[in-house]
Amino acid sequence: MIRIEPRENPSRAFAFGIPILSAVISLALAAIPLLAAGANPITAYGEMIKGVFGSVFAVSEMLTRATPLIFTGLAAALAFRAKLWNIGAEGQLYLGAMAAVAIGSGLLDISGILLLPLIIVLGAAAGAAGMMAPTYLKVRFGADEVVTTLLLNFIILIFLQMMLEGPLQDPMGLGWPQSAPVLDQGMLPPLMDRMRVHSGLILALVLAAIAQFMLARSVWGFKLRAVGENAAAARHAGINVRRSLFGVAAISGALAGLAGVSEVAGLKGYLTADLSPGFGYTGIVVAMLAGLSPVGVVIAALFIASVFVGADSMSRAMGVSSFLADLVVSMSLLCVLVGGFLAKYRILRTKGAKA
Amino acid sequence: MGWRQRQPNLFMTQSTALRLTGLSKRFGSVVANDDVSLTLEKGEVLALLGENGAGKTTLMNMLFGHYLPDSGTVEVADENGTLHPLPLGHPQAALAAGVGMVHQHFALAENINALDNITLGSEPLRSFRRNRNRAKTKIEGIIERSGLSAPLNVPVGRLSVGERQRVEILKALYRDARILVLDEPTAVLTPQEADTLFDNIKAMTKDGLSVIFISHKLREVLAFSDRIAVLRHGKKVGEMATADADEKVIARMMVGADTPKVARTEMAPGAPVLKLSNVSVEGRAKRDTLKSVNLTVNAHEILGIAGISGNGQSGLANVISGLAQPSAGTITVDEQDVPKPSPGTMVKAGIGRIPEDRHHEGIVGAMSVAENMVIERLDDPAIQSRGLLKRDAIQANAEKLAKAYDVRGPGVTAASRLLSGGNIQKLILARVFERSPRLILANQPTRGLDMGAAAEVGRRLLEARERGAGVVLISEDLDEILGLADRIVVIRDGNLVEAISHDREQIGLIMAGEPA
Repeated sequence: MIRIEPRENPSRAFAFGIPILSAVISLALAAIPLLAAGANPITAYGEMIKGVFGSVFAVSEMLTRATPLIFTGLAAALAFRAKLWNIGAEGQLYLGAMAAVAIGSGLLDISGILLLPLIIVLGAAAGAAGMMAPTYLKVRFGADEVVTTLLLNFIILIFLQMMLEGPLQDPMGLGWPQSAPVLDQGMLPPLMDRMRVHSGLILALVLAAIAQFMLARSVWGFKLRAVGENAAAARHAGINVRRSLFGVAAISGALAGLAGVSEVAGLKGYLTADLSPGFGYTGIVVAMLAGLSPVGVVIAALFIASVFVGADSMSRAMGVSSFLADLVVSMSLLCVLVGGFLAKYRILRTKGAKA
Repeated sequence: MGWRQRQPNLFMTQSTALRLTGLSKRFGSVVANDDVSLTLEKGEVLALLGENGAGKTTLMNMLFGHYLPDSGTVEVADENGTLHPLPLGHPQAALAAGVGMVHQHFALAENINALDNITLGSEPLRSFRRNRNRAKTKIEGIIERSGLSAPLNVPVGRLSVGERQRVEILKALYRDARILVLDEPTAVLTPQEADTLFDNIKAMTKDGLSVIFISHKLREVLAFSDRIAVLRHGKKVGEMATADADEKVIARMMVGADTPKVARTEMAPGAPVLKLSNVSVEGRAKRDTLKSVNLTVNAHEILGIAGISGNGQSGLANVISGLAQPSAGTITVDEQDVPKPSPGTMVKAGIGRIPEDRHHEGIVGAMSVAENMVIERLDDPAIQSRGLLKRDAIQANAEKLAKAYDVRGPGVTAASRLLSGGNIQKLILARVFERSPRLILANQPTRGLDMGAAAEVGRRLLEARERGAGVVLISEDLDEILGLADRIVVIRDGNLVEAISHDREQIGLIMAGEPA
């Protein structure tokens, strides 16, 4: 018979060591399919590390990949802290991106210096708006936000395709479903010459730091934690649970919207329907890996981006399928979730009596 | 069917029905039971007394096979009175040996009738036909001998709490229990129902049934048991014939010291602090529904709300604490109308709330003791400025309150769920009383607390009354209300009926819905 008991006082070293150990184990497990694909895992991981840290360009690519993941990771982490299960970051990302190209491509006649701040603010607002309906349905009718936010993703994606073949389509685009480019004044400046890493990363890091501070030190963060940990007690204590939920919903949606802004105005320059290879969903993975801590989100996003970029580079160097990158990411999530469970609970073997 | 053999005089037949020898059980570093030995004679009612955490439930769970003891033995007499060791850790073995247990929280399927509930589990699993008639005849026989009546053909969900409890006991007897363990059987009954239950138990012991009942109500223990055993900190600290015991002796044995008797002095009531006029609450169930009630609570007054649980107490508590919006009627606090009640407005109006479920509504367990102490005053400039928490002030406040209200635990920065139940209640008391509220809503404030902590709650409530606060004390423990309240109102089916006097019988009749 197996019995599961909560651990009484998990130590700090334990709490930090488990995710790292889990990441190592996940890499060890991923060696099995690598072997099956006919590659030497040691060489493969060597190529992987080279692909992430081997050159300035490699690091720049990794940071570029991490940037949207920090945004969507924060979006998930903050919402999940309040037990608001926002699975719709993918859709909110596209809402932000649409707002960014709508304004940034010269729809409004805004003078140069104001254009970028306006893109950021309205992109965030568009993402936030995307969270309002699911949150309203949740607090008013008890509709499960997991379902509503998830389904909204598909609606937004179809809406996006409609816009890209309609009002937002680039008149100079030879009929391709893509938007007109964002004007130069509307672009997030790059951080390095001839590298893709851009100042969206700085924005993401600043927002992560603010989120970390606000969560621990502000009344807003206090209420959010209380609502998430025990909504009944929060309500009894006079905290307006609905207002807290709407507040965090708006912020979560805004952060996801900023991921879209950052991709459009920092990297691509225009919008297509394949802007995001699932950054919204990967953000959930990032948030879970991070234990829903904003600083943790930054670390987890860097880790996942490293795995993706490294695995890409490895697959090119070794001639194995780049799907192995997805495999490593999935395995690391599984390992960290199991590890997190083991950090909180211990498993005991008992003899005879039922637990 | 051992208990069917009639025993003409139970004191003449000193045959032992159950013997526990040297039972010990530890959970981690906590010693739940330490070398406890206990015997139960045939036809005897043994009261097992002790405060919360004294180890009563652990002991019974070892007897019943739910826990495996670290050491010790359990012996149960067979039908001929010979003791046999019971294989430990096997509930089926305990059942087969004739040990039945009725838990505080019933384990009945609400959608099927009493007859099926009683036979459920003792039927062979792989048989298509059930002999319902034979089962029914057997149950009717038990009902006739014991006087435990319950409608057999009605879904259990429609039965009253008292009837459900009788179904649980019938279930144990149907399985030929010769030893019956009752865990706090009167917690959900009116005084009259409790009396009937004990009469039935007495009738069954004449038939040879042996009973252990767990309780903390000294009054009923003294009235109905033959012998008393007291546990404290996992050890048996005393055992005596009930005839030789009195309330003071047992209380001292349970606590290990004299508990200060909370003394209430008469006091003239002041101006009304809370008025409910024709207030209705449409709840989802009977327990949170109020039907156009009127209630006035004055300063310098403790108003006791008596009643069987689930008769609208939650509705009343919710409306006073601001959790429920009245569908009709007006609420006045200190002569001021409260047009849109919410928990926040009620706190600001000067109402201190001690919630019924302190773990679920009272604290956010994952947050620190210090944070829970300020959770109702996040607007207070002493706690925050411009939206940022003043961490030093919160810490200092917590240390001050923890000292003043004797909140013990791993420290004010630790998660509040690590506190014991009594200390969680002290945390809530500290949070409520430090704001000097005009009105205090205390909903089951001593439930689950040990006697020392319960006395402390009573003392604080009386202190607040002296200071000029009004107190609404909702309790299912009539003795507590009789001891503390200046005025008593009975809640039944969402209606309030004022009791004319502190008369237990009269209040019991109103609780049961009979004209007083």
